[in-house]
Amino acid sequence: MGGNSIAKGSPGPINRGYRPRPDFFRFSCFLASALTVALLALILGEILYKAWPAINKFGLGFLSGVQWSPNRGVFGVLPVLIGTAASSLLALLFALPLGLAIAVFLSENFLPRPVRQFIRFMVELLAAIPSVVYGLWGIFVVVPLVQQYGAVLADKLGFLPLFAGPAYGNSLLTASLVLALMVLPTITAISRNSLVAVPPTLREGAYALGATRWETILGVILPTAAPGIVASTILSFGRAMGETMAVAMLIGNSQRLSCSLLSPSNTLSALLANQFAEAEGIQVSALMYAAVILVIMTLAVNIAGEAVLRRTQRSLVGLK
Amino acid sequence: MSHPSKISGNFFTQDGKGTSPFRLIRNSLLTGLCISLSMLALLPLFSIVMLVVKKGMPLMSPALFTELPPPPGLEEGGFANAIIGTVIMVGIALVLAIPLGILAAIHITEYEPSSLLSKAVRFVAKLLNGIPSIICGVFAFAAIVMTMRSFSAFAGGIALSILILPTILLTAEQALLDVPNAYREASLGLGATPFQTIFRIVLPDALPTIMTGVMLAVARAAGETAPVLFTALFSANWIHSIMEPTASLSVLIYNFAALPFDYQVKMAWSASLILVTLVTVTNVLAQLFFSPKHR
Repeated sequence: MGGNSIAKGSPGPINRGYRPRPDFFRFSCFLASALTVALLALILGEILYKAWPAINKFGLGFLSGVQWSPNRGVFGVLPVLIGTAASSLLALLFALPLGLAIAVFLSENFLPRPVRQFIRFMVELLAAIPSVVYGLWGIFVVVPLVQQYGAVLADKLGFLPLFAGPAYGNSLLTASLVLALMVLPTITAISRNSLVAVPPTLREGAYALGATRWETILGVILPTAAPGIVASTILSFGRAMGETMAVAMLIGNSQRLSCSLLSPSNTLSALLANQFAEAEGIQVSALMYAAVILVIMTLAVNIAGEAVLRRTQRSLVGLK
Repeated sequence: MSHPSKISGNFFTQDGKGTSPFRLIRNSLLTGLCISLSMLALLPLFSIVMLVVKKGMPLMSPALFTELPPPPGLEEGGFANAIIGTVIMVGIALVLAIPLGILAAIHITEYEPSSLLSKAVRFVAKLLNGIPSIICGVFAFAAIVMTMRSFSAFAGGIALSILILPTILLTAEQALLDVPNAYREASLGLGATPFQTIFRIVLPDALPTIMTGVMLAVARAAGETAPVLFTALFSANWIHSIMEPTASLSVLIYNFAALPFDYQVKMAWSASLILVTLVTVTNVLAQLFFSPKHR
């Protein structure tokens, strides 16, 4: 299909002019494009192929199994799936209010522009710090904090299953707190974009009707930008699910089923990070199976987020 | 101050009159809440930077950059082999991803902006961007480590190249789109071939932005741990070939962070300081480069 249009030439910005010989440069550009698309297929195919023995052997029971013991050849990822979903949702719960506050703060003129630009840069820097550095920082700062206050929580609220003791430093809560920090830039950037994209006429209309600034923000601007904020939340959820190193260093890596925030847990990506290097035989295949699940989950979430984002951009066109 | 009449112009002449005090107080309270939540969110960043500098600085010495990691318990040595390993793996990633990303970007902006393949490339680049970094490592493990039966810098480099390809491709696309169309038309009008137009006119104009993308990609690849963790593994020795297990700064941080030896933990902090400095410097430079040229 693409090859055909190369031979004929299609109307693009550049393809006029006399060409006496085949354009090798154009062909290599085409090849690079084709290779990029093939790469995704290759990645999915290769992982699926290596996971096949485990998929064959364990089937869908892999998803509902609660035991992961390589020594006995028993593999199930239910606790890990729950840990992945719980840590990501919890991270969003922490990050959403903060991210929204920063997004509103950056899109309003509370402070002069240079100050806002500086803060925006700081938030972007938050995204650039390597995951493993977050992990190291978490070990030295967040783990002791959670250990200290988690014990108090377990003492006072221990009757709730959510806060049942004993409180560990390396726990679901610790990982979620650090994850929240790591997805904050994603939430902030996309929410800010959709806030800025709200047509100024809406704001002016609200002000003209006598609304205060916050009545305008809460009543007009946030509702108009809501689809974009939803998209930012979905995309951040995808990021949180795939985040590996910080989680692997902080979550405690336990495949035991528990509903307490204060006990160790595990996520799909942390499981892969911890076990791949020493895995052998069917365990490698089971880990590949887990990787397949992770890919499907993140791809689905990302496609959903992108779809919402694209819809948002289209829906705003009518308002202008 | 916070009353909208100040912002929206001269519609109100009596500032604040007619608005109940309750509404004004609520307004100020929410402003205060918003600003304090924003500051609260930046607190951890300051904590990270301060701690990395404070704990990373003491060990900084020439030995850190020239010697091998010490055996457990010994209080000397450095991580020269990890620095070399990181440089080699990022180098392999760049050699693979830069031509692929830039050529594909040229294809989807200059040659066939609206073909099905170009749409597929944009979509795939976005998906690759969203794929967890550890999946790059899983792929390199399946495709290279399992085939060659050995952990290697080569496998780590491949994993990193997949990681940075979308960044390079998408920034290169944006850079090419930012080149004014009049440049192309003028060049073609003077009789230049499409190849000449791309190489002599379009690419030179887009180069600063493309380089920015490459720099950000380098910073990201240098700090990523998950793709190299079980592809390059780690090594306490000098690297002899790219087909053997290789140390890297990021895996060193991961391996040494939880060790019970004080010196190793300090080395992890020093490696963090190097990576955080690299990331900060590249981001500042990227901000400077990204100043809009044509607008």
